[in-house]
Amino acid sequence: MGLFDFLRGGPKQTASIAKERLRIIVAQERSARGSPDYLPLLRRELLEVIRKYVNVDSDAVDIQVKRDGDHEVLDLTVTLPDKASAAATAAAREA
Amino acid sequence: MTEFIVVTSGKGGVGKTTSSASVAVGLAKRGKKVAVIDFDVGLRNLDLIMGCERRVVYDFVNVIHQECTLKQALIKDKRYDNLHVLAASQTRDKDALTKEGVERVLNDLKEEGFDYVLCDSPAGIEKGAFLAMYFADRAIVVVNPEVSSVRDSDRILGLLSSKTKRAENGGDPVAQHLLLTRYNPTRVAAGDMMSIDDVKEILGIEVLGVIPESEGVLAASNAGVPVILDENSHAGHAYEDAVARLLGEERPMRFLDAPKKGILSRLFGS
Repeated sequence: MGLFDFLRGGPKQTASIAKERLRIIVAQERSARGSPDYLPLLRRELLEVIRKYVNVDSDAVDIQVKRDGDHEVLDLTVTLPDKASAAATAAAREA
Repeated sequence: MTEFIVVTSGKGGVGKTTSSASVAVGLAKRGKKVAVIDFDVGLRNLDLIMGCERRVVYDFVNVIHQECTLKQALIKDKRYDNLHVLAASQTRDKDALTKEGVERVLNDLKEEGFDYVLCDSPAGIEKGAFLAMYFADRAIVVVNPEVSSVRDSDRILGLLSSKTKRAENGGDPVAQHLLLTRYNPTRVAAGDMMSIDDVKEILGIEVLGVIPESEGVLAASNAGVPVILDENSHAGHAYEDAVARLLGEERPMRFLDAPKKGILSRLFGS
């Protein structure tokens, strides 16, 4: 970087941003690799069903296929909202 | 024993053909019997980079369709007798390559006693790219220190470990090497370009070589002389090192540091 760049504040160092973004997207794509094609659709439909009963966020359902010895296990995690927001949902429904 | 090596990347324009040509010449220089095949049907370019474009009579698709013999289609390099080029066809037929046909040609090359067969893959993940990697024993994944290239090469690494013959047969996996090209040490030092360590950390595979961005690469393609033959180019020396490592030699990485600047260019920027 030259003196004038320094006086201007210099260009933003972007390599570390690139690295961080790639680290996240690569990890995400690797975990999806080799899993069945229907997972995204299954996830969306499950989310719709759950939302009929509980007001959860759109990223509340996490589905992964894990390998356990010879067979595959469908691992499903649903994060429920905390009590305060759940109560608010219930109140809204009663109203 | 013939080794099949695919040179691939996913993304286009990162230096697959330049790398295929230089690695092929490097191996031939060391006395290996080498064939290099252009799998980019419809967009033939390896012949230009190798400087044999006016000697293409028959091509890869002709051999696959048995319209000529393998010997007729192999173009002997003018510089090295033990180096041969098999050009891609300029046909627009996407189904010109078949798995059986490619396998037959590769087996014939094995019977001819080639030590190395390099498969120069087209960009993308379509049929040509798939067939270029399917029979590979090793893969050289060419990557630029840039987000889309790194992401695409990770996709290719996934395909290498699932959609190749070795993956399907459950034997030893395809050996994977990274070849980092268009590396600019000055920009890395300034924090504007990811470093070799960054790319290695994200992709998690071993680095075969780092090719610095160099004027020599364009000059070499202009002249049809693979850049590894340019004694004055850092890129040429870096390819030389990469070939040595491919053959199992230990070589320290060179050309990773930014060239030292004088006081004037330090003050005023370059």
